[in-house]
Amino acid sequence: MASLDRVKVLVLGDSGVGKSSLVHLLCQNQVLGNPSWTVGCSVDVRVHDYKEGTPEEKTYYIELWDVGGSVGSASSVKSTRAVFYHSVNGIILVHDLTNKKSSQNLYRWTLEALNKDSSPTGVIVTNGDYDREQFAENPVPLLMIGTKFDQIPENKRNEVLTRTAFLSEDFNAEEINLDCTNPRYLAAGSSNAVKLSRFFDKVKWYHFPVNIITGFTDRKRFNFKSLHYD
Amino acid sequence: MCCSLEESLNDDVVQTPTDSCAAPYTQWRKRGLLLFLFISSLFRFMTEAVTSLFFFSVEPKLISLLLSPCLHPCPVTVTMSFVVDSVIMFTSQVFFFGFGWLFFMRQLFKDYEVRQYVVQVVFSVTFAFSCTMFELIIFEILGALSSSSRYFHWKLNLYVILLVLIFVVPFYIGYFVVSNIRLLQRQKLLFACVVWFTFMYFFWKLGDPFPILSPKHGILSIEQLISRVGVIGVTLMALLSGFGAVNCPYTYMSYFLRNVTDSDILALERRLLQTMDMIVSKKKRIAMTRRQMYQRGEDQSKQTGFWGMIKSVTSSPPGSENLSLIQQEVDALEELSRQLFLETVDLQATKERIEYSKTFQGKYFNFLGYFFSIYCVWKIFMATINIVFDRVGKTDPVTRGIEITVNYLGIQFDVKFWSQHISFILVGIIIVTSIRGLLITLTKFFYAISSSKSSNVIVLVLAQIMGMYFVSSVLLMRMSMPLEYRTIVTQVLGELQFNFYHRWFDVIFLVSALSSILFLYLAHKQAPEKHMTM
Repeated sequence: MASLDRVKVLVLGDSGVGKSSLVHLLCQNQVLGNPSWTVGCSVDVRVHDYKEGTPEEKTYYIELWDVGGSVGSASSVKSTRAVFYHSVNGIILVHDLTNKKSSQNLYRWTLEALNKDSSPTGVIVTNGDYDREQFAENPVPLLMIGTKFDQIPENKRNEVLTRTAFLSEDFNAEEINLDCTNPRYLAAGSSNAVKLSRFFDKVKWYHFPVNIITGFTDRKRFNFKSLHYD
Repeated sequence: MCCSLEESLNDDVVQTPTDSCAAPYTQWRKRGLLLFLFISSLFRFMTEAVTSLFFFSVEPKLISLLLSPCLHPCPVTVTMSFVVDSVIMFTSQVFFFGFGWLFFMRQLFKDYEVRQYVVQVVFSVTFAFSCTMFELIIFEILGALSSSSRYFHWKLNLYVILLVLIFVVPFYIGYFVVSNIRLLQRQKLLFACVVWFTFMYFFWKLGDPFPILSPKHGILSIEQLISRVGVIGVTLMALLSGFGAVNCPYTYMSYFLRNVTDSDILALERRLLQTMDMIVSKKKRIAMTRRQMYQRGEDQSKQTGFWGMIKSVTSSPPGSENLSLIQQEVDALEELSRQLFLETVDLQATKERIEYSKTFQGKYFNFLGYFFSIYCVWKIFMATINIVFDRVGKTDPVTRGIEITVNYLGIQFDVKFWSQHISFILVGIIIVTSIRGLLITLTKFFYAISSSKSSNVIVLVLAQIMGMYFVSSVLLMRMSMPLEYRTIVTQVLGELQFNFYHRWFDVIFLVSALSSILFLYLAHKQAPEKHMTM
């Protein structure tokens, strides 16, 4: 199957949170100089060393699909966006740390992406409802990234970080908070870089068991736990 | 104005299937609103059509003889009634303020966090005082409150509104624009004042080319300010009205809907995905080439110094030339993918509209569309006649309608009683539809152009537009009211050349309507050709 060679990760989030800057930072290791509105979808490719540092190291391409728009778009825009949600291996949820509503909208973004997902794991999510258990069983790897970290005033930092920690627990996802205009947040060896590379490893691992029974899914989850270096 | 209200309802209704199951309450509310809309649009059309059809009719002196001044309630003591009236006015203002606040929070800023409460307060204050003006007109017609306190509140309201529109809002717009620019952070207040002074200069200069003032006004009189605000507001009203009058039938009538099949959409989506795949494969090549170059140490940025520069000019390694070529191809493909995306969105929207037009509500709107297209053509025709023949309407629709029914149809009824109630209903409908229509247009506009940085500035600009729009609708509404109610507006607003505003409205309306027709015609012609090339 051709899809075995491709690793596709969606980058979702509200308009203006910094998805394009983030994708540019992840793929080109450079700061995006002139961000402008994304119309439709923009793709970029990251060269990822799977299991870096081990003898099984391999180099893969990870496609980051940055889908533009807002949750409240017209239904015609939503149905067109649904085209990009096919056969997704992982989702990066981006929210703005200075804007609470963008974090709340992440639930709706996930529902939109998973509703249209034609993957055979068949997660049936009811329209408009959010159920934590479904996310716990949902095998698609998620990563939450909060942007504009430098713009939070010092006294509000703790409050914001606690809130986002709760949010990432809800999604059963790892959390990274950074500033897209400063590459040092993702410098090699930092905890953020480790989390990122763990996520990409997970994504690479996820796409193999495409048409399988639940028994194997449990084993896969057990394998995930072994990857945690806590 | 009426059209954008229906358009808004159209949007509400079309989006219902994707929302979570609506409560029965909202369904009934929508049905009630539909019924109200139908009746109000019929009523408006009938009054305007009937009165305009008879514009060659007899002198209206007969009617003014028949109508005697309406009775006002006798005040017990002057001060006591004044206090009571002021309390009533104040409560209603608080109510409008709360409504504006809620609207701001729930509709406009539902995707953003309000960090500067000043913006919300200024918006709600503008909205509250504009609505109070309309409320005073209604009270004028109904004869509620004593006339002296009404006059006082008119004046007070007018001064406050002008203060807000000319001093407060532009200053805050300048302040927020300046705070967005990083260079001018330190001297925010100073630069905000500079921006305000430039605004005042252009605002004053606006009055020169128009014959809106008689020479007996001083420099600092209220008429100077009102006249300029009126000009801007009337231009806005006419532009919106012209575009709305043309766009309304175009969007409602299914005659204009292009035929879109599912296979068209699927083919376009397939092309889009193929383009994305091509972009991905090219980017993979670029990434791999870059990585190899980096590993081989041929990093271009390492060439420093004089000789390095010469070397990089004369002999660039073949890898980078290849890279720039592929990069150009990628840019072209990305542009293509954006266009394909937009076309697909367009086709999906058309398909949804086709499906909607087959439902009962769709058929109702289609019928309404034919209705409005006749109305639109009629309005354009009347505007042309007004300009060409320099006709100045002397009576309002209500008086004309009554005069027609009394003279031609021979129906005798209590003219005084009915004229008051009919003009109340008519003016009430005009007010409600224009407020709602404007709020919905503003919301759509806001969603389309705002981002998290510029949301404050845009909301303030919208508040400015809203204030000017409402002030000039009071100006223009004078024509729709019978004579005895016009006096208060004339008294309060001063000696303005009202006829100029009506003429200016007609001119701008005509220009706007004709250019929208041209624009829509071109857009409509271009679209099927795009699909032919597929």
